[in-house]
Amino acid sequence: MAENATAPMLTALPLADLHAELGAKCVPFAGWSMPVQYPQGVMAEHLWTRAHAGLFDVSHMGQLRLPKSAREGLEALIPADLLGLPEGRQRYGIFTNATGGALDDLMVAHRVGDIFVVVNAARHAHDVAHLRAHIAGVEAVSDRALLAALVPGVAAMRFMHVAVLRWQGADLWISRSGYTGEDGFEISVPVAQAEGFARALLADARVAPIGLGARDSLRLEAGLPLYCQEMDETITPVEAGQGWSIGRARRAGGARAGGFPGAAIILEQLAHGAPRRRVGLRPEGRAPMRAGVALFAAAAGGAQIGAITSGGFGPSLGGPMAIGLIDAATDTDSVLFGDLRGKRLALQQVSLPFVPPGYKR
Amino acid sequence: MKYTEDHEWLSLDGDIVTVGITEYAATQLGDVVFVELPELETQVARGDEIVVIESVKAASDIVAPLDGEIVEINEALVDDPALVNDDPTGAAWFFKIKIEDDAALDEFMDEDEYKEHIGE
Repeated sequence: MAENATAPMLTALPLADLHAELGAKCVPFAGWSMPVQYPQGVMAEHLWTRAHAGLFDVSHMGQLRLPKSAREGLEALIPADLLGLPEGRQRYGIFTNATGGALDDLMVAHRVGDIFVVVNAARHAHDVAHLRAHIAGVEAVSDRALLAALVPGVAAMRFMHVAVLRWQGADLWISRSGYTGEDGFEISVPVAQAEGFARALLADARVAPIGLGARDSLRLEAGLPLYCQEMDETITPVEAGQGWSIGRARRAGGARAGGFPGAAIILEQLAHGAPRRRVGLRPEGRAPMRAGVALFAAAAGGAQIGAITSGGFGPSLGGPMAIGLIDAATDTDSVLFGDLRGKRLALQQVSLPFVPPGYKR
Repeated sequence: MKYTEDHEWLSLDGDIVTVGITEYAATQLGDVVFVELPELETQVARGDEIVVIESVKAASDIVAPLDGEIVEINEALVDDPALVNDDPTGAAWFFKIKIEDDAALDEFMDEDEYKEHIGE
């Protein structure tokens, strides 16, 4: 069992000292040193988040502010209906490329004074450049920590609502979302107040610090895609199961149909089907099957029909789970087979999510 | 008790060696969710990957510390992989291997040397 080597030149989170104090085990992720777990461990942290409240530091993610007028420019980059997004709401979107693939996935919030966008850490630099090539006035926010917490209270907000609330003289930018499949909040707080705010939350016995390990098992149980696994530049939103994010106004026949990169391909797939489809999978045995495992339609022989894009063990589910990308022609009821360490093991196709969500709608 | 650099413990009784992983290794792994054991009567060579251990996040393996024949496997780990975290040096032994040359254990670390190895 090899020890982990620490990579040089990692960026420290604003709350790095707090994580060390809490006993975090950190690993490199997208150029940052990130807590992957605390002493409780991944399994316990996952179950705690579902039963109680979990505090996640996601400050590595990119926070961007755009002028209110930017929604039209954003629609030229994202197939979502953003002009139809009411003030005080956010929407999930995907930056597409000319072949209909995904450059990143993100959240776009329509706020009183501006548009607030949160992007993946690994794509931050790319996304800023991409936006600035098309839209003026893009500001990369660097002085705020981003925490995701399940916070009992903040009762007036519903799923995907956004608000700015005052706390100890600071503005907290809050959205009711969290990418865990549970009710939760993403909170952007000025760096100077971040530790005080995090400690205030942790002082409540119901709140525990949670690392990236549990974050991944939570989102996988919720059937949520991860950019670079379920989506990348060669996979369209339709193939990735994210066609729902393409609002009616942007589809064929809609008020602002198309007008984003790869629109012809994506709208064609929405109308007539895509060559590949996303599938939820439950291995029949106990062995987890992880990203990269080749999938087949038969127990022996036959061509490869696809691969697992994310897989692991679901603590709330109590067993292994996976998401795959397979030939769309594959029969939806059939048992599939994954090549695991040279043996073909059976998987059942199941609908997602694996665990029902707890969003406050 | 002897220890390998890969954090396995070895317990010799006659010509049978019982093999498990140390508390240190179990903690490093995190919660174990799946264990795949070798088949009985398999002839193994030192360095062969013969056990797969999966945590929530990742797969790991145990290599055979010695040449020999697998004469017993711990079926309890199949139904209760969490035993590896609960009792790594007792109930969660992985397999027993019959060896030819019991002097082969001499090269491995004793408890003090292992503690130094893990920096205790």
